[in-house]
Amino acid sequence: MKNGARQRGKGAALAALFTCALFSTLPARAETRPARVVSINLCTDQLAMLIAGKGQLLSVSAIARDPQSSAMVKEAEGFPVNHGQAEEIFLQKPDLVLAGVYTTRATVGLLKELNIRVEQFSPETSFDDVKASMRRMGSLLGQKARAEALVGQIDAELDRLKRLPRSGKLAALYYANSYTSGSGTLAHAALEVAGLENLAARLGIQGTASIPLEALVLAMPDVVVAGDRDYEPPALAQENFVHPAFRALIEHSGEVAMPVRNTVCGGPFTLAAVHMLRAAAGQELVSR
Amino acid sequence: MMASRGYWLLIGGLAVVTVVLFVLSLALGPAGIAFGESLSALFSGDGGPIVLIMQEIRLPRAILGLMTGATLGLSGAVLQGLLRNPLAEPGLIGISSSASLGAVLAIYTGLSAAFPLGLPLAALAGALIAVLVVQVLAGSGGVLTVILAGVAVSSFASAMTSLALNLSPNPFAALEIMFWMLGSLADRSMTHVWLATPFILAGWLMLASLGRALDALTLGADAAASMGVDLNRTRRFAILGTALSVGAATAVAGAIGFVGLVIPHLLRPLTGGLPSRLLPASALGGASMILAADILVRFVAPGRDLKLGVLTAIVGAPFFLWLVWKSRRDLL
Repeated sequence: MKNGARQRGKGAALAALFTCALFSTLPARAETRPARVVSINLCTDQLAMLIAGKGQLLSVSAIARDPQSSAMVKEAEGFPVNHGQAEEIFLQKPDLVLAGVYTTRATVGLLKELNIRVEQFSPETSFDDVKASMRRMGSLLGQKARAEALVGQIDAELDRLKRLPRSGKLAALYYANSYTSGSGTLAHAALEVAGLENLAARLGIQGTASIPLEALVLAMPDVVVAGDRDYEPPALAQENFVHPAFRALIEHSGEVAMPVRNTVCGGPFTLAAVHMLRAAAGQELVSR
Repeated sequence: MMASRGYWLLIGGLAVVTVVLFVLSLALGPAGIAFGESLSALFSGDGGPIVLIMQEIRLPRAILGLMTGATLGLSGAVLQGLLRNPLAEPGLIGISSSASLGAVLAIYTGLSAAFPLGLPLAALAGALIAVLVVQVLAGSGGVLTVILAGVAVSSFASAMTSLALNLSPNPFAALEIMFWMLGSLADRSMTHVWLATPFILAGWLMLASLGRALDALTLGADAAASMGVDLNRTRRFAILGTALSVGAATAVAGAIGFVGLVIPHLLRPLTGGLPSRLLPASALGGASMILAADILVRFVAPGRDLKLGVLTAIVGAPFFLWLVWKSRRDLL
């Protein structure tokens, strides 16, 4: 108890020191490179793992190792995990904490009060957002060159994909709890690049919202892209996938499973989702 | 004779309202299908989208609305007669939340996926335990004991339901507490209808047979016994009938409150205070209330999956407070 309190006191002093050092050197050097970075949000976990230098990233959030949510499970195995609790983050004495704008506000607020630098990232809703996040991550981590290289790869692949013929087929994204992604979402952007029309956007749905099963059946889309359907153990959220009306629909439309992990955050894996979608629409990729 | 004719008018009127709401429930929905087209699609054999919507999405929803509502109205009327307590109702005395707990345990452990009948059976077991606990406690005390026991059973069951959902590793489970506490008929399927119907019908038969015995009970337990009413049999039928029908209805539609409270109270003055007349009227009234609430949730906030219990509580809670206020004045 006593020991913990002392350590915490020491930690606070250290953190304050680090923060002061960081801010005082900011204008002086072109690229500061924080040495102890902790990420507590799945999307920043993945961006940081892609861009951080060796030893720079201390820990990632536990979700980064969850194969249902994370597209970079293998990479995450190489890092210790945190559970986004202010106390455990504080004890790791980070000089930079990466969080999402919707990450538990209480935790972020507490960390800021303890004078720890917290940078928050908004969820990406387009490929431009993804590239902007990568560049921002690059400059925060002092790894601009690595970030630019990554952005370059994504741009090249996007260019190539956009030149391929569009099938224009009608695709419906259908997740657990009858949710779908309309315009202004990364999943929608992936459909666009894959040359498909998003049913939810046609119905005027913006962002992620639920779509009545009736509307889905009535539209008779060419492809149903199902996400999240194989969580174990079962929950009511997945009952929409065993509904007789849905079963009859996919007999007509055909179903492709697209893991939500590819579009929940942006990264090179989002382009993998585009490939999956093109393949689902019966348009194999033209060889490179 | 006059009272009798008025009673049949009431039953006839309620039946017409129920049928109209049932048809509206079939005809209205987000897909916006023309009225005639939707009804003819119900009997059509081709596999087009409209037929699919009518037969596999709207029909089960309307049937479950009808059955759940009738169950809640009927069991509310029976419990109020049996316990001679105006506040007895499946929701308030914890039967619905205990049935929810049973159903939650069956679904989230994977039991119902391996053995579909496990779902209604587990809900039935939950409901049965709750009725027994309340019945035992009610036997020894007055009006207040039933409600106190019910509050305890109901909050315990809700807490355990939320614990079970929190412990599930499935990330969606925790949010589903809303369904289990407030109830919904959205996107239920024929599978749910087939699972619940046998139990609900069996429960109805047992509850409906109690009319005469409950009439006698209005004169007090001793008087009823002297009139040849088998009190133990009455009690057994009421308990088992409630557990069967409320358990099965809750397993597929979640716990919906206040219907069993409001409907018998509204209809009691119109049925001359005779339970044998109140039972069918309450069943029809309950069915109408749930069907109407289920039509409203589709239009008040479409796309938000508003829960049925929200609407029944908006009507039911002020009514309940008024009832408490009134009985408080009676006590003074």
